[in-house]
Amino acid sequence: MSVPRHLCPAPTSRLDASPPRTATRAFARGFAAGLTSVLSLVLFGTYTGIGSLAHQLGFGLSWVLASTLLVWAAPAQVILISALGAGSPPFEAAIAVGLSGIRLLPMVVALLPLLGRARQNLRALLLPAHFTAVSVWVEALRLLPAVDRAHRIAFCNGLGCGFLTCAMTATATGFYLAAQLPALFAAALLFLTPVSFLLAVLRNSALLIDRLALALGLIIGPLLAFARVELDLLWTGIAAGTLAYAVHRLKGAFARPP
Amino acid sequence: MSEPSSYLILVIAGFLPNEIWRWLGVLFGRGLDEKSEIVLWVRAVAIAVLAGVIARLTLMPPPVLADVPAPVRTGAIAAGLVTFLLLRRSVLAGVLVAEATLVIGAALMGP
Repeated sequence: MSVPRHLCPAPTSRLDASPPRTATRAFARGFAAGLTSVLSLVLFGTYTGIGSLAHQLGFGLSWVLASTLLVWAAPAQVILISALGAGSPPFEAAIAVGLSGIRLLPMVVALLPLLGRARQNLRALLLPAHFTAVSVWVEALRLLPAVDRAHRIAFCNGLGCGFLTCAMTATATGFYLAAQLPALFAAALLFLTPVSFLLAVLRNSALLIDRLALALGLIIGPLLAFARVELDLLWTGIAAGTLAYAVHRLKGAFARPP
Repeated sequence: MSEPSSYLILVIAGFLPNEIWRWLGVLFGRGLDEKSEIVLWVRAVAIAVLAGVIARLTLMPPPVLADVPAPVRTGAIAAGLVTFLLLRRSVLAGVLVAEATLVIGAALMGP
């Protein structure tokens, strides 16, 4: 049986389902897919920005590396580092981080059906769940259907480790370069997060309800934030999400003749 | 911020409030059909929260990015969006144009 010599990022053949060490191979393929993804470029830039931000606000290298490993969500890390760095109490930072993390719940929910056989094994799902962040999620949803069902968790973990390796390297790079980075370049790196998130989510939004939720959130979010409404992110999510869902239901009701 | 207590703060203010949603996703999602109505609504809420995060990072950005004038930041987002829509939904092209617009705009209008 032929084994592909190089690790291609988008396995399309069914040859992947070959005997013994396939879980290891699925992991390796996922790892390579993570490292060679276009999104790992964006991720590298984003985490260079986070490393340099942490250095500027007086955090240690091992602390910011630990934050990349444990938090593994760029907006949460930007919020955490800038809040703590500005002297906000940890409780306030925790609330802001918690609100930005709500999006992870449905991302994990949407990923689970794709992980196949081991769905019932709670412990086996915790690692893929931890790796779930915008970059891993987008690539997993795109690549998993071509991976053999039995090895999807291994592939997903490989993908996460590939992206994580890239992000850890970038965090350290940004931390050491911070002093040399021109201010404008550092600003451009931090700007990668909002731009790439907006476009990656838009690319994955095939349904009207998803696009509406995005557009309404972009309008309602700033209104609530500038009005200094407490827990503005939570209310943005509930208001804009529910409104988008209502439009989706109304459209469905009109589309189906009684 | 490098004493042991700073790691405790990292776990309490950074790891736990973020990771809890992933754990809940595992608990909640194991029995759910991806196409069910509740998942549709939860995903809409999640995308809207993400939109709120995007808006906040753009309009009320962290220190270094705040030095770039607000019209340049929003203009750069708009330029990236238009590029993305015109160039067959290419994320990379959109990001590159947005970044170029930010850097050029900031250099022209900067402090």
